[in-house]
Amino acid sequence: MVESRTPRVDELEKGPWPSFVKEMKRAAEKKPAAGDLLRQLDLSYEEKVGHWKHGGIVGVRGYGGGVIGRYSNKPEEFPHIREFHTIRVNQPSGWFYTTKALRSLCDIWDKYGSGLTNFHGSTGDIILLGTTTENLQPCFDELSDAGFDLGGSGGGLRTPSACVGPARCEYSCIDTLDVCHSLTLEFQDFLHRPQWPYKFKIKVSGCGNDCVAAIARADLAIIGTWKGPLQINQAAVAEYVKNGLDIEAEVVERCPTGALAWDAANEELKLSVEECVRCMHCINRMPKALKPGTERGATLLVGGKATILKSAFLGWVIVPFMSLTPPYTELKDLLGRIFDWWDENAKNRERIGELIYRLGMRTFLKAVGLPPVPQMVFRPRANPYVFWWPEEVKRNA
Amino acid sequence: MPKMVLAGIEIEVDEDGFIQDPDKWNEAVAKALAETEGVTELTEDHWKVINYLRQYYLQFGIAPMIRKLCKETGFTLKQIYDLFPSGPAKGACKIAGLPKPTGCV
Repeated sequence: MVESRTPRVDELEKGPWPSFVKEMKRAAEKKPAAGDLLRQLDLSYEEKVGHWKHGGIVGVRGYGGGVIGRYSNKPEEFPHIREFHTIRVNQPSGWFYTTKALRSLCDIWDKYGSGLTNFHGSTGDIILLGTTTENLQPCFDELSDAGFDLGGSGGGLRTPSACVGPARCEYSCIDTLDVCHSLTLEFQDFLHRPQWPYKFKIKVSGCGNDCVAAIARADLAIIGTWKGPLQINQAAVAEYVKNGLDIEAEVVERCPTGALAWDAANEELKLSVEECVRCMHCINRMPKALKPGTERGATLLVGGKATILKSAFLGWVIVPFMSLTPPYTELKDLLGRIFDWWDENAKNRERIGELIYRLGMRTFLKAVGLPPVPQMVFRPRANPYVFWWPEEVKRNA
Repeated sequence: MPKMVLAGIEIEVDEDGFIQDPDKWNEAVAKALAETEGVTELTEDHWKVINYLRQYYLQFGIAPMIRKLCKETGFTLKQIYDLFPSGPAKGACKIAGLPKPTGCV
């Protein structure tokens, strides 16, 4: 019996969850790179250390990003992954595909790459995992002919992404797919030719459920919302109650602002519109009875980022409500001003959230022309170290 | 580290073709590196960018941010890409003999 060359990773073929090791072994039947990758991974498991060299700068002509260069630090042992670059391919909004599109992508990747992919990278891109420097340009050329373009990397705009939105979700307050597509096209230059102090991500969610985690993973989060009352179908609410929903315990008492009341005698759900913060809980609980209001738009939040350098931030509100209809001129103009202010003022590798943290919201708001409003803060400042603009101070009044 | 013969001298480069010892750089080396980046002729405009990068690096020990590069040389980013098709980092910095850009690229 031949002893397995990858005894450690082989363990991960067991168990009920789909095994990436099985997938890689299937790929290895066609592509030696996939086999070498598996063996390098097994070595990494044994030694508990990564075997990729630091960094890597490769790309395609005309673009400054979209390809992540990677080299094995054991090129003699694993010659087929000596060069193992990743190509980011911009995904269609909401990750809706035809099999035709996917087949054309697979045909190209079979020809030029390892056959391995990520569907999808965390930012949203299709990830084509592992190819050589020599293959980058022809692979890109064929992808281009097939209608695909690269996604973003480096200090520029990264690939925007969106939840499935109105394509399949009755909660969606905006056309997330179209907003995402429109912004991607508008800012192609910023995406392909990194020119900023650091990365910038945009994500679009159709409602407060935030199914693409925009608030945590985007420098600019666009989250659908509405003004005015929920749409309530009282008969349908009564139906939920009749079918055993404990509406008091599961809906009314869980409303974070106490905006709901259930009138059992009249079978009527009452909403105090001013109190509702549009958290989505009641809608999520009774989707057949409740809908977002009719005057729809989005809340914009800025600053979401991971830990490095100045701690992790969730995005915070900069525009409580903006209507979003094509061609989204107001949104694009605001983004343009934000990009420009950040690019002009940030230090090298300073995210927009960190820049605002350093220079202050008042500086940011003044620069991009937004009015300060109470919705921007959780609570007012507790210390008295307040700065004034010189023009706000009257002398010897 | 692989070695390349650039302008008649043997120079250590990394996998991406960035030279490892910035002191080995000279104008002839720049010309040889330019050919690897699809730049067949180094014009006065090319040299303006290269010399700026070079001087900034020698003074501050890092590459300038792109906005600064554009402001100081007077070229738009589009013009930089017209001069260096693979961009300011992979193209211009490599030809100017600067160390490889790092980080989340």
